[in-house]
Amino acid sequence: MKKQRWLIPIVLLTVALMGAACGSDDEPTVGGSTDSTTAKPAFAAGTTMAALQAKGKIVVGTKFDQPGLGQKNPLTGDVEGFDPEIAKIIAAGIFGGSPADAGDKIEFKETTSPNRELFIENGTVDIVAATYTINDARKQRIDFAGPYYVAHQDIMVKADDTSINSVADLAGKRVCSVRNSTPAGRIRTMVPDATLQEFDTYTLCKEELLNGRTDAVTTDDAILLGFASENPTALKVVGNQFSTEPYGIGLKRGDEAFRTFINDLLEQSYSNGQWKAAFDETLGKSGNEAPTPPPVDRYTSAGPATTVAGGATTTTVAATTTTATEETTTTTSA
Amino acid sequence: MSVVLDNLDLYLLGMRDTVVLTVVSFALAFLVGVVVAGFRVSPVPPLRAVGAFYVNTARNTPLILLLFLFYFGFPKVGLNFAPFTWAVMVLTIYTATFVAETVRAGINSVSQGQGEAARALGLSFPQMLGLVVLPQAIRTVIQPLGSIFIALIRNSALVTVISVSNLSKTADQIATDTAIFVPVYLGVAVAYLLLTLPSGLAVGYLERRLAIKR
Repeated sequence: MKKQRWLIPIVLLTVALMGAACGSDDEPTVGGSTDSTTAKPAFAAGTTMAALQAKGKIVVGTKFDQPGLGQKNPLTGDVEGFDPEIAKIIAAGIFGGSPADAGDKIEFKETTSPNRELFIENGTVDIVAATYTINDARKQRIDFAGPYYVAHQDIMVKADDTSINSVADLAGKRVCSVRNSTPAGRIRTMVPDATLQEFDTYTLCKEELLNGRTDAVTTDDAILLGFASENPTALKVVGNQFSTEPYGIGLKRGDEAFRTFINDLLEQSYSNGQWKAAFDETLGKSGNEAPTPPPVDRYTSAGPATTVAGGATTTTVAATTTTATEETTTTTSA
Repeated sequence: MSVVLDNLDLYLLGMRDTVVLTVVSFALAFLVGVVVAGFRVSPVPPLRAVGAFYVNTARNTPLILLLFLFYFGFPKVGLNFAPFTWAVMVLTIYTATFVAETVRAGINSVSQGQGEAARALGLSFPQMLGLVVLPQAIRTVIQPLGSIFIALIRNSALVTVISVSNLSKTADQIATDTAIFVPVYLGVAVAYLLLTLPSGLAVGYLERRLAIKR
Protein backbone atom coordinates (compact mmCIF):
# COMPACT_ATOMS: atom_id res chain seq x y z
CA MET A 1 0.00 0.00 0.00
CA LYS A 2 2.76 2.39 0.97
CA LYS A 3 4.42 2.03 -2.37
CA GLN A 4 1.28 2.90 -4.28
CA ARG A 5 0.60 6.11 -2.37
CA TRP A 6 3.22 8.17 -4.20
CA LEU A 7 1.68 7.04 -7.49
CA ILE A 8 -1.44 9.14 -6.88
CA PRO A 9 0.18 12.58 -7.38
CA ILE A 10 1.92 11.26 -10.49
CA VAL A 11 -1.34 10.01 -11.94
CA LEU A 12 -3.02 13.30 -11.11
CA LEU A 13 -0.17 15.25 -12.67
CA THR A 14 -0.33 13.14 -15.83
CA VAL A 15 -4.06 13.67 -16.14
CA ALA A 16 -3.62 17.40 -15.60
CA LEU A 17 -0.88 17.55 -18.25
CA MET A 18 -2.98 15.60 -20.70
CA GLY A 19 -5.85 17.97 -20.11
CA ALA A 20 -3.55 20.92 -20.68
CA ALA A 21 -2.16 19.35 -23.85
CA CYS A 22 -5.66 18.78 -25.21
CA GLY A 23 -6.63 22.31 -24.32
CA SER A 24 -3.67 23.83 -26.10
CA ASP A 25 -4.31 21.54 -29.07
CA ASP A 26 -7.89 22.66 -29.39
CA GLU A 27 -7.33 26.39 -29.51
CA PRO A 28 -5.38 26.71 -32.76
CA THR A 29 -7.69 24.20 -34.45
CA VAL A 30 -10.70 26.34 -33.65
CA GLY A 31 -8.88 29.46 -34.84
CA GLY A 32 -7.57 27.66 -37.93
CA SER A 33 -10.94 26.37 -39.03
CA THR A 34 -12.52 29.81 -38.89
CA ASP A 35 -9.67 31.18 -40.99
CA SER A 36 -9.94 28.54 -43.69
CA THR A 37 -13.75 28.77 -43.88
CA THR A 38 -13.42 32.37 -44.96
CA ALA A 39 -10.92 31.47 -47.69
CA LYS A 40 -12.68 28.25 -48.77
CA PRO A 41 -13.61 28.18 -52.46
CA ALA A 42 -17.24 27.19 -53.17
CA PHE A 43 -18.01 24.10 -55.26
CA ALA A 44 -21.23 22.75 -56.74
CA ALA A 45 -22.74 20.02 -54.57
CA GLY A 46 -21.97 16.48 -55.70
CA THR A 47 -18.57 17.27 -57.19
CA THR A 48 -15.45 15.51 -55.93
CA MET A 49 -14.06 18.88 -54.87
CA ALA A 50 -17.08 19.55 -52.61
CA ALA A 51 -16.84 16.04 -51.15
CA LEU A 52 -13.13 16.43 -50.40
CA GLN A 53 -13.69 19.88 -48.90
CA ALA A 54 -16.36 18.46 -46.62
CA LYS A 55 -14.09 15.54 -45.67
CA GLY A 56 -11.39 18.08 -44.78
CA LYS A 57 -8.48 16.24 -46.38
CA ILE A 58 -7.29 14.71 -49.61
CA VAL A 59 -5.46 11.37 -49.86
CA VAL A 60 -2.57 11.61 -52.32
CA GLY A 61 -0.66 8.60 -53.59
CA THR A 62 3.00 9.34 -54.14
CA LYS A 63 6.37 7.61 -54.14
CA PHE A 64 8.36 7.60 -50.92
CA ASP A 65 11.74 6.63 -52.36
CA GLN A 66 12.56 9.13 -55.10
CA PRO A 67 14.82 11.96 -53.94
CA GLY A 68 13.67 15.35 -55.21
CA LEU A 69 10.40 13.89 -56.52
CA GLY A 70 8.69 12.17 -53.62
CA GLN A 71 10.68 11.01 -50.64
CA LYS A 72 9.66 10.42 -47.06
CA ASN A 73 12.01 12.17 -44.66
CA PRO A 74 12.77 9.48 -42.06
CA LEU A 75 13.41 12.09 -39.35
CA THR A 76 10.38 14.36 -39.74
CA GLY A 77 8.01 11.91 -41.44
CA ASP A 78 7.25 14.58 -44.06
CA VAL A 79 7.01 13.62 -47.71
CA GLU A 80 9.22 15.96 -49.70
CA GLY A 81 9.71 16.57 -53.41
CA PHE A 82 8.22 17.94 -56.60
CA ASP A 83 5.20 15.59 -56.66
CA PRO A 84 4.13 16.50 -53.09
CA GLU A 85 4.56 20.19 -53.99
CA ILE A 86 2.20 19.76 -56.97
CA ALA A 87 -0.23 17.95 -54.62
CA LYS A 88 -0.08 20.98 -52.29
CA ILE A 89 -1.02 23.30 -55.17
CA ILE A 90 -4.08 21.10 -55.81
CA ALA A 91 -4.95 20.94 -52.10
CA ALA A 92 -4.72 24.73 -51.85
CA GLY A 93 -7.15 24.95 -54.78
CA ILE A 94 -9.66 22.78 -52.94
CA PHE A 95 -9.30 23.96 -49.34
CA GLY A 96 -8.18 27.55 -49.90
CA GLY A 97 -5.00 29.18 -48.56
CA SER A 98 -1.57 28.93 -50.11
CA PRO A 99 0.26 25.76 -51.19
CA ALA A 100 2.86 26.35 -48.47
CA ASP A 101 0.38 25.61 -45.67
CA ALA A 102 -1.82 23.11 -47.55
CA GLY A 103 0.38 20.27 -46.30
CA ASP A 104 -1.80 19.45 -43.28
CA LYS A 105 -4.81 18.89 -45.55
CA ILE A 106 -2.99 16.09 -47.37
CA GLU A 107 -2.57 12.51 -46.29
CA PHE A 108 0.26 10.99 -48.33
CA LYS A 109 0.03 7.29 -49.07
CA GLU A 110 2.92 5.39 -50.58
CA THR A 111 2.23 4.06 -54.05
CA THR A 112 4.63 1.95 -56.10
CA SER A 113 4.61 1.67 -59.86
CA PRO A 114 2.47 -1.52 -60.05
CA ASN A 115 -0.32 -0.49 -57.61
CA ARG A 116 -1.19 3.02 -58.77
CA GLU A 117 -4.17 2.22 -61.03
CA LEU A 118 -5.63 -0.12 -58.42
CA PHE A 119 -5.36 2.47 -55.63
CA ILE A 120 -7.30 4.98 -57.77
CA GLU A 121 -9.93 2.45 -58.87
CA ASN A 122 -10.77 1.22 -55.39
CA GLY A 123 -10.62 4.67 -53.77
CA THR A 124 -7.59 4.05 -51.54
CA VAL A 125 -6.32 7.41 -52.78
CA ASP A 126 -8.13 10.44 -54.23
CA ILE A 127 -5.36 11.35 -56.67
CA VAL A 128 -1.94 10.00 -57.58
CA ALA A 129 1.08 12.25 -58.16
CA ALA A 130 3.91 9.75 -58.39
CA THR A 131 6.14 10.12 -61.49
CA TYR A 132 3.09 8.75 -63.27
CA THR A 133 3.72 8.57 -67.02
CA ILE A 134 0.58 9.25 -69.09
CA ASN A 135 -0.01 6.47 -71.60
CA ASP A 136 -2.94 4.90 -73.45
CA ALA A 137 -2.83 1.59 -71.59
CA ARG A 138 -3.31 3.42 -68.28
CA LYS A 139 -6.05 5.65 -69.74
CA GLN A 140 -8.15 2.47 -70.12
CA ARG A 141 -8.39 2.26 -66.32
CA ILE A 142 -8.01 5.80 -64.99
CA ASP A 143 -7.88 9.41 -66.22
CA PHE A 144 -4.98 11.84 -66.17
CA ALA A 145 -4.93 15.58 -65.50
CA GLY A 146 -1.84 17.36 -66.72
CA PRO A 147 0.88 16.63 -67.76
CA TYR A 148 2.56 18.88 -65.20
CA TYR A 149 6.07 17.75 -66.09
CA VAL A 150 7.71 15.99 -69.01
CA ALA A 151 10.55 13.72 -68.00
CA HIS A 152 13.04 12.30 -70.45
CA GLN A 153 15.40 9.40 -70.07
CA ASP A 154 18.76 10.97 -69.45
CA ILE A 155 22.25 10.09 -68.23
CA MET A 156 23.96 10.97 -64.95
CA VAL A 157 27.74 10.89 -64.73
CA LYS A 158 30.40 12.08 -62.31
CA ALA A 159 30.70 15.87 -62.28
CA ASP A 160 34.23 15.77 -63.75
CA ASP A 161 33.39 13.32 -66.57
CA THR A 162 33.55 14.94 -70.02
CA SER A 163 33.64 11.76 -72.12
CA ILE A 164 29.90 11.04 -72.02
CA ASN A 165 27.64 13.64 -73.61
CA SER A 166 25.00 11.55 -75.37
CA VAL A 167 23.56 8.04 -75.56
CA ALA A 168 25.96 7.19 -78.37
CA ASP A 169 28.91 7.86 -76.04
CA LEU A 170 27.73 5.00 -73.83
CA ALA A 171 29.06 2.40 -76.29
CA GLY A 172 31.78 0.39 -74.56
CA LYS A 173 30.98 2.02 -71.20
CA ARG A 174 29.46 0.58 -68.04
CA VAL A 175 25.88 1.79 -67.56
CA CYS A 176 23.77 1.25 -64.46
CA SER A 177 19.98 1.13 -64.17
CA VAL A 178 17.29 -0.67 -62.20
CA ARG A 179 16.86 -4.37 -62.87
CA ASN A 180 14.07 -5.18 -65.34
CA SER A 181 13.11 -1.51 -65.79
CA THR A 182 12.06 0.25 -69.00
CA PRO A 183 15.18 2.47 -69.02
CA ALA A 184 17.40 -0.64 -68.70
CA GLY A 185 15.59 -2.33 -71.59
CA ARG A 186 15.95 0.79 -73.71
CA ILE A 187 19.73 0.83 -73.18
CA ARG A 188 19.96 -2.85 -74.08
CA THR A 189 18.35 -2.16 -77.47
CA MET A 190 19.80 1.32 -78.15
CA VAL A 191 23.42 0.67 -77.09
CA PRO A 192 24.08 -3.08 -77.23
CA ASP A 193 27.82 -2.40 -76.85
CA ALA A 194 27.40 -0.93 -73.40
CA THR A 195 27.91 -3.16 -70.34
CA LEU A 196 24.61 -2.94 -68.50
CA GLN A 197 24.74 -3.24 -64.72
CA GLU A 198 21.43 -3.80 -63.00
CA PHE A 199 20.57 -3.25 -59.33
CA ASP A 200 17.36 -3.13 -57.36
CA THR A 201 17.28 0.62 -56.70
CA TYR A 202 18.69 3.76 -58.29
CA THR A 203 20.38 4.55 -54.97
CA LEU A 204 22.65 1.51 -55.47
CA CYS A 205 23.43 2.70 -59.01
CA LYS A 206 24.40 6.09 -57.59
CA GLU A 207 26.71 4.29 -55.12
CA GLU A 208 28.29 2.40 -58.02
CA LEU A 209 28.87 5.66 -59.85
CA LEU A 210 30.41 7.31 -56.78
CA ASN A 211 32.54 4.18 -56.17
CA GLY A 212 33.77 4.44 -59.76
CA ARG A 213 32.51 1.00 -60.76
CA THR A 214 30.08 2.28 -63.34
CA ASP A 215 30.44 5.16 -65.78
CA ALA A 216 26.84 6.32 -66.03
CA VAL A 217 23.39 5.93 -64.47
CA THR A 218 20.36 6.19 -66.73
CA THR A 219 16.64 6.71 -66.08
CA ASP A 220 14.11 9.60 -66.13
CA ASP A 221 15.90 12.95 -65.80
CA ALA A 222 13.64 13.99 -62.92
CA ILE A 223 14.94 11.09 -60.82
CA LEU A 224 18.54 11.81 -61.84
CA LEU A 225 18.09 15.52 -61.05
CA GLY A 226 16.93 14.45 -57.61
CA PHE A 227 20.21 12.62 -56.98
CA ALA A 228 22.30 15.38 -58.52
CA SER A 229 20.54 17.98 -56.34
CA GLU A 230 21.54 15.99 -53.24
CA ASN A 231 25.17 15.88 -54.31
CA PRO A 232 25.82 18.63 -56.92
CA THR A 233 29.61 18.66 -56.43
CA ALA A 234 30.08 15.00 -57.36
CA LEU A 235 27.30 14.28 -59.85
CA LYS A 236 25.82 15.91 -62.94
CA VAL A 237 23.05 15.19 -65.40
CA VAL A 238 24.25 15.18 -69.01
CA GLY A 239 21.10 16.71 -70.53
CA ASN A 240 20.80 14.42 -73.53
CA GLN A 241 17.14 13.45 -73.51
CA PHE A 242 16.22 10.37 -75.50
CA SER A 243 12.64 9.49 -74.53
CA THR A 244 9.47 11.34 -73.49
CA GLU A 245 7.61 10.57 -70.26
CA PRO A 246 4.80 13.07 -69.52
CA TYR A 247 3.89 12.91 -65.81
CA GLY A 248 0.17 13.34 -65.05
CA ILE A 249 -2.12 13.39 -62.02
CA GLY A 250 -4.06 10.14 -61.89
CA LEU A 251 -7.71 10.20 -60.88
CA LYS A 252 -10.88 8.12 -61.27
CA ARG A 253 -11.91 7.55 -64.86
CA GLY A 254 -14.79 9.74 -66.00
CA ASP A 255 -14.62 12.35 -63.21
CA GLU A 256 -14.65 15.17 -65.79
CA ALA A 257 -15.36 18.04 -63.36
CA PHE A 258 -12.45 17.07 -61.10
CA ARG A 259 -10.10 16.62 -64.06
CA THR A 260 -10.99 20.01 -65.55
CA PHE A 261 -10.58 21.57 -62.10
CA ILE A 262 -7.06 20.13 -61.66
CA ASN A 263 -6.11 21.09 -65.24
CA ASP A 264 -7.26 24.68 -64.54
CA LEU A 265 -5.28 24.73 -61.30
CA LEU A 266 -2.14 23.48 -63.06
CA GLU A 267 -2.47 26.17 -65.75
CA GLN A 268 -2.93 28.79 -63.03
CA SER A 269 0.19 27.55 -61.25
CA TYR A 270 2.17 27.90 -64.49
CA SER A 271 1.25 31.58 -64.77
CA ASN A 272 1.33 32.64 -61.09
CA GLY A 273 4.77 31.22 -60.34
CA GLN A 274 3.64 28.42 -57.99
CA TRP A 275 4.83 25.72 -60.40
CA LYS A 276 8.25 27.30 -60.80
CA ALA A 277 8.53 27.73 -57.03
CA ALA A 278 7.71 24.04 -56.57
CA PHE A 279 10.44 23.08 -59.07
CA ASP A 280 13.07 25.45 -57.67
CA GLU A 281 12.51 24.19 -54.13
CA THR A 282 12.95 20.54 -55.10
CA LEU A 283 14.48 19.40 -58.41
CA GLY A 284 15.95 22.85 -59.06
CA LYS A 285 18.47 22.36 -56.23
CA SER A 286 20.57 20.32 -58.67
CA GLY A 287 21.47 23.63 -60.32
CA ASN A 288 19.27 22.99 -63.37
CA GLU A 289 16.95 25.76 -64.54
CA ALA A 290 13.17 25.25 -64.31
CA PRO A 291 12.00 24.12 -67.77
CA THR A 292 8.93 25.52 -69.51
CA PRO A 293 5.96 23.61 -68.09
CA PRO A 294 4.18 21.38 -70.63
CA PRO A 295 0.70 22.38 -71.92
CA VAL A 296 -2.04 20.36 -70.21
CA ASP A 297 -3.74 17.78 -72.40
CA ARG A 298 -7.54 17.97 -72.14
CA TYR A 299 -8.12 14.72 -74.02
CA THR A 300 -11.54 13.09 -74.37
CA SER A 301 -11.95 10.54 -71.62
CA ALA A 302 -13.38 7.08 -72.31
CA GLY A 303 -15.99 7.97 -69.68
CA PRO A 304 -16.84 6.36 -66.36
CA ALA A 305 -15.69 2.78 -65.95
CA THR A 306 -18.53 0.46 -66.94
CA THR A 307 -16.92 -2.94 -66.47
CA VAL A 308 -17.21 -5.20 -63.44
CA ALA A 309 -14.60 -3.01 -61.77
CA GLY A 310 -17.01 -0.12 -62.41
CA GLY A 311 -19.55 -1.70 -60.07
CA ALA A 312 -17.06 -1.58 -57.25
CA THR A 313 -16.18 1.99 -58.14
CA THR A 314 -19.78 3.15 -57.97
CA THR A 315 -20.20 1.60 -54.55
CA THR A 316 -17.15 3.42 -53.28
CA VAL A 317 -18.40 6.72 -54.67
CA ALA A 318 -21.75 6.22 -52.96
CA ALA A 319 -19.99 5.48 -49.67
CA THR A 320 -17.86 8.59 -49.98
CA THR A 321 -20.91 10.74 -50.67
CA THR A 322 -22.66 9.39 -47.57
CA THR A 323 -19.67 10.27 -45.42
CA ALA A 324 -19.51 13.65 -47.04
CA THR A 325 -23.18 14.35 -46.28
CA GLU A 326 -22.70 13.34 -42.67
CA GLU A 327 -19.70 15.62 -42.43
CA THR A 328 -21.66 18.51 -43.91
CA THR A 329 -24.49 18.01 -41.42
CA THR A 330 -22.02 18.10 -38.55
CA THR A 331 -20.41 21.23 -39.89
CA THR A 332 -23.77 22.98 -40.30
CA SER A 333 -24.90 22.11 -36.78
CA ALA A 334 -21.57 23.30 -35.39
CA MET B 1 6.86 -23.31 -73.97
CA SER B 2 8.15 -21.77 -77.19
CA VAL B 3 9.53 -18.83 -75.22
CA VAL B 4 11.93 -21.24 -73.49
CA LEU B 5 12.99 -22.90 -76.73
CA ASP B 6 13.40 -19.53 -78.48
CA ASN B 7 15.75 -18.36 -75.75
CA LEU B 8 17.57 -21.64 -75.27
CA ASP B 9 20.93 -19.98 -75.94
CA LEU B 10 20.33 -17.50 -73.10
CA TYR B 11 19.29 -20.33 -70.77
CA LEU B 12 22.46 -22.26 -71.61
CA LEU B 13 24.54 -19.12 -71.04
CA GLY B 14 22.90 -18.66 -67.64
CA MET B 15 23.48 -22.32 -66.74
CA ARG B 16 27.12 -22.04 -67.72
CA ASP B 17 27.56 -18.95 -65.53
CA THR B 18 25.86 -20.64 -62.58
CA VAL B 19 28.05 -23.76 -62.99
CA VAL B 20 31.28 -21.73 -63.19
CA LEU B 21 30.27 -19.66 -60.15
CA THR B 22 29.33 -22.76 -58.14
CA VAL B 23 32.32 -24.93 -59.04
CA VAL B 24 34.92 -22.21 -58.43
CA SER B 25 33.30 -21.11 -55.16
CA PHE B 26 32.89 -24.67 -53.90
CA ALA B 27 36.49 -25.64 -54.68
CA LEU B 28 37.72 -22.61 -52.72
CA ALA B 29 35.16 -23.14 -49.95
CA PHE B 30 36.30 -26.77 -49.57
CA LEU B 31 39.95 -25.73 -49.12
CA VAL B 32 39.11 -22.90 -46.71
CA GLY B 33 36.60 -25.08 -44.86
CA VAL B 34 39.07 -27.94 -44.27
CA VAL B 35 41.70 -25.51 -42.96
CA VAL B 36 39.15 -23.84 -40.66
CA ALA B 37 37.98 -27.25 -39.41
CA GLY B 38 41.65 -27.97 -38.62
CA PHE B 39 41.78 -24.67 -36.69
CA ARG B 40 38.72 -25.61 -34.71
CA VAL B 41 40.14 -28.95 -33.51
CA SER B 42 43.75 -27.75 -33.13
CA PRO B 43 45.44 -27.79 -29.72
CA VAL B 44 46.35 -24.07 -30.10
CA PRO B 45 43.71 -21.90 -28.34
CA PRO B 46 44.15 -18.74 -30.52
CA LEU B 47 43.60 -20.82 -33.68
CA ARG B 48 40.48 -22.36 -32.16
CA ALA B 49 39.21 -18.88 -31.26
CA VAL B 50 39.83 -17.53 -34.78
CA GLY B 51 38.03 -20.53 -36.31
CA ALA B 52 35.06 -20.21 -33.94
CA PHE B 53 34.78 -16.46 -34.51
CA TYR B 54 34.83 -16.80 -38.29
CA VAL B 55 32.29 -19.64 -38.39
CA ASN B 56 29.91 -17.96 -35.96
CA THR B 57 29.91 -14.60 -37.73
CA ALA B 58 29.83 -15.65 -41.39
CA ARG B 59 27.42 -18.54 -40.90
CA ASN B 60 24.92 -16.47 -38.91
CA THR B 61 24.64 -13.57 -41.37
CA PRO B 62 22.20 -13.59 -44.31
CA LEU B 63 24.06 -14.24 -47.54
CA ILE B 64 22.38 -11.30 -49.27
CA LEU B 65 23.66 -9.00 -46.52
CA LEU B 66 27.23 -10.31 -46.91
CA LEU B 67 26.99 -9.65 -50.66
CA PHE B 68 25.88 -6.07 -50.09
CA LEU B 69 28.41 -5.44 -47.31
CA PHE B 70 31.38 -6.71 -49.29
CA TYR B 71 30.35 -5.31 -52.65
CA PHE B 72 29.42 -1.82 -51.49
CA GLY B 73 31.49 -1.61 -48.29
CA PHE B 74 35.02 -2.51 -49.35
CA PRO B 75 35.24 0.01 -52.22
CA LYS B 76 34.83 2.67 -49.50
CA VAL B 77 38.22 1.63 -48.13
CA GLY B 78 39.82 1.34 -51.55
CA LEU B 79 39.38 -2.38 -52.24
CA ASN B 80 37.99 -2.80 -55.74
CA PHE B 81 37.50 -6.05 -57.65
CA ALA B 82 35.28 -7.14 -60.50
CA PRO B 83 31.70 -8.07 -59.47
CA PHE B 84 32.40 -11.73 -60.34
CA THR B 85 35.40 -11.80 -57.99
CA TRP B 86 33.31 -10.39 -55.15
CA ALA B 87 30.59 -12.93 -55.85
CA VAL B 88 33.07 -15.83 -55.67
CA MET B 89 34.66 -14.40 -52.52
CA VAL B 90 31.39 -13.97 -50.65
CA LEU B 91 30.01 -17.35 -51.74
CA THR B 92 33.31 -18.94 -50.64
CA ILE B 93 33.35 -17.18 -47.26
CA TYR B 94 29.73 -18.14 -46.58
CA THR B 95 29.91 -21.74 -47.83
CA ALA B 96 33.29 -22.46 -46.17
CA THR B 97 31.66 -22.12 -42.72
CA PHE B 98 29.25 -24.96 -43.51
CA VAL B 99 32.07 -27.05 -44.96
CA ALA B 100 34.17 -26.39 -41.83
CA GLU B 101 31.42 -27.50 -39.44
CA THR B 102 30.65 -30.58 -41.52
CA VAL B 103 34.31 -31.60 -41.75
CA ARG B 104 34.72 -31.00 -38.00
CA ALA B 105 31.83 -33.37 -37.36
CA GLY B 106 33.61 -35.88 -39.60
CA ILE B 107 36.87 -35.45 -37.67
CA ASN B 108 35.05 -36.03 -34.39
CA SER B 109 33.60 -39.26 -35.78
CA VAL B 110 37.09 -40.76 -36.32
CA SER B 111 37.96 -42.79 -33.24
CA GLN B 112 40.49 -41.22 -30.89
CA GLY B 113 42.74 -44.25 -31.15
CA GLN B 114 43.61 -43.24 -34.72
CA GLY B 115 44.96 -39.90 -33.57
CA GLU B 116 46.80 -41.41 -30.62
CA ALA B 117 48.39 -44.05 -32.86
CA ALA B 118 49.50 -41.34 -35.31
CA ARG B 119 51.08 -39.29 -32.51
CA ALA B 120 52.74 -42.45 -31.15
CA LEU B 121 54.34 -42.92 -34.57
CA GLY B 122 55.83 -39.45 -34.19
CA LEU B 123 53.59 -37.55 -36.64
CA SER B 124 53.06 -33.83 -35.95
CA PHE B 125 49.50 -32.49 -35.45
CA PRO B 126 49.13 -31.29 -39.08
CA GLN B 127 50.54 -34.59 -40.37
CA MET B 128 48.22 -36.58 -38.11
CA LEU B 129 45.25 -34.55 -39.33
CA GLY B 130 46.19 -34.56 -43.00
CA LEU B 131 47.45 -38.13 -43.39
CA VAL B 132 45.38 -40.11 -40.92
CA VAL B 133 42.26 -38.36 -39.68
CA LEU B 134 40.99 -36.24 -42.61
CA PRO B 135 41.01 -39.01 -45.24
CA GLN B 136 38.71 -41.01 -42.96
CA ALA B 137 36.71 -37.97 -41.80
CA ILE B 138 35.85 -36.69 -45.27
CA ARG B 139 34.66 -40.12 -46.44
CA THR B 140 31.98 -40.08 -43.76
CA VAL B 141 30.70 -36.60 -44.67
CA ILE B 142 30.43 -36.93 -48.46
CA GLN B 143 26.61 -36.74 -48.34
CA PRO B 144 26.38 -33.55 -46.21
CA LEU B 145 29.12 -31.97 -48.36
CA GLY B 146 26.99 -32.84 -51.39
CA SER B 147 24.04 -31.08 -49.77
CA ILE B 148 26.21 -28.01 -49.26
CA PHE B 149 27.18 -28.12 -52.95
CA ILE B 150 23.53 -28.29 -54.01
CA ALA B 151 22.65 -25.48 -51.61
CA LEU B 152 25.43 -23.44 -53.21
CA ILE B 153 23.95 -23.95 -56.69
CA ARG B 154 20.72 -22.41 -55.43
CA ASN B 155 22.39 -19.75 -53.23
CA SER B 156 24.38 -18.52 -56.22
CA ALA B 157 21.13 -17.06 -57.61
CA LEU B 158 21.48 -14.28 -55.03
CA VAL B 159 24.49 -12.75 -56.79
CA THR B 160 21.89 -11.19 -59.11
CA VAL B 161 21.68 -8.35 -56.53
CA ILE B 162 25.26 -7.33 -57.30
CA SER B 163 24.65 -7.62 -61.04
CA VAL B 164 26.61 -10.86 -61.61
CA SER B 165 25.33 -13.05 -64.42
CA ASN B 166 23.72 -16.37 -63.47
CA LEU B 167 20.74 -18.50 -64.41
CA SER B 168 18.18 -16.46 -62.46
CA LYS B 169 19.43 -13.14 -63.77
CA THR B 170 19.23 -14.42 -67.34
CA ALA B 171 15.69 -15.55 -66.64
CA ASP B 172 14.77 -12.11 -65.25
CA GLN B 173 16.04 -10.59 -68.46
CA ILE B 174 14.07 -12.98 -70.70
CA ALA B 175 10.92 -12.42 -68.64
CA THR B 176 11.24 -8.64 -68.86
CA ASP B 177 11.99 -8.60 -72.57
CA THR B 178 9.16 -10.96 -73.51
CA ALA B 179 6.70 -9.99 -70.73
CA ILE B 180 6.03 -13.72 -70.29
CA PHE B 181 6.67 -14.74 -66.71
CA VAL B 182 5.31 -18.11 -65.65
CA PRO B 183 6.69 -20.24 -68.54
CA VAL B 184 10.07 -18.47 -68.34
CA TYR B 185 10.42 -19.15 -64.61
CA LEU B 186 9.16 -22.72 -65.01
CA GLY B 187 11.95 -23.11 -67.55
CA VAL B 188 14.42 -21.81 -64.96
CA ALA B 189 13.11 -24.27 -62.37
CA VAL B 190 13.74 -27.10 -64.84
CA ALA B 191 17.21 -25.72 -65.61
CA TYR B 192 18.09 -25.70 -61.89
CA LEU B 193 16.83 -29.27 -61.55
CA LEU B 194 19.05 -30.22 -64.50
CA LEU B 195 21.98 -28.99 -62.41
CA THR B 196 20.97 -30.19 -58.94
CA LEU B 197 19.61 -33.68 -59.67
CA PRO B 198 22.77 -34.94 -61.47
CA SER B 199 24.80 -33.38 -58.64
CA GLY B 200 22.85 -35.51 -56.16
CA LEU B 201 23.46 -38.65 -58.24
CA ALA B 202 27.17 -37.82 -58.55
CA VAL B 203 27.45 -37.41 -54.78
CA GLY B 204 25.84 -40.83 -54.23
CA TYR B 205 28.27 -42.40 -56.71
CA LEU B 206 31.24 -40.68 -55.06
CA GLU B 207 30.14 -41.89 -51.64
CA ARG B 208 29.95 -45.51 -52.82
CA ARG B 209 33.34 -45.26 -54.54
CA LEU B 210 35.08 -43.80 -51.49
CA ALA B 211 33.36 -45.92 -48.85
CA ILE B 212 35.76 -47.74 -46.54
CA LYS B 213 35.30 -51.47 -46.93
CA ARG B 214 35.18 -52.81 -43.43
